Amino acid sequence: MAAAVAERQYELVYILPADTTDQQVTELHEQVEGVVSRMSGTIEKTENWGRKRLAYEIAHQKEGVYVLEVINGSGELMKELDRRLRVMDQVIRHMIVRVDEEKKVVDRTRTKRQSDSERRRVKRGLPPVRQPGEGRSIDTDDLDDDHFEAEV
Amino acid sequence: MAFGQGRSGGRGKSDKKSGDKGQGQRRTLFRRRKVCKFCADKIDDINYKDVKLIMPFVPERGKILPRRISGTCAMHQRKLQTAIKRARQIALVPYVTD
Repeated sequence: MAAAVAERQYELVYILPADTTDQQVTELHEQVEGVVSRMSGTIEKTENWGRKRLAYEIAHQKEGVYVLEVINGSGELMKELDRRLRVMDQVIRHMIVRVDEEKKVVDRTRTKRQSDSERRRVKRGLPPVRQPGEGRSIDTDDLDDDHFEAEV
Repeated sequence: MAFGQGRSGGRGKSDKKSGDKGQGQRRTLFRRRKVCKFCADKIDDINYKDVKLIMPFVPERGKILPRRISGTCAMHQRKLQTAIKRARQIALVPYVTD
């Protein structure tokens, strides 16, 4: 397919009633997979969190089986998936979240922090990675301040 | 005579009060400084799935802990807010509890 529509990454979480069998769970997963593959998407990861206590009652249930799917695909696909999940009565709750952009930001800040600290350390004539047994090097004044306040 | 007594009593009281105030001020001055947990621990990603990370910011009642109490910085409070709201939707975190 042409790269005109940029692929996005979404996370889909859905909750099934606590009395669903493993077979039903896999069946539902296959249904989701079918929709995803039909609309030229891919499932990157599937996680079954198993039975969990719900923070509040949903459909008179106190527990539920959580399933997480990480899906790469278009917005159209997720729209269709959302519609289908809404209709299915064995799914008591579902949520779709777009994650690719947040992930990008997180990665960027993480790499930036790492490279920054490495650069600072090299500037001070230290090896780029912190050695074991080395004390806290950053924000020492702040720490001292804190101690003083705590003592008085 | 009664008047005089009353006055002296009042003076004494006021003296005491001012002393109390001084102490109170000192206490507030040396209150422990609040630090943003996410900045201090260098947590980049506040994820709605990470209930353990979020739960300390959701007090018993189920509300989101305000910034003035938790000391979280503005950026992380914003991220925390979306994470809590998402977690609420899938019943990982309560909307209300009583």
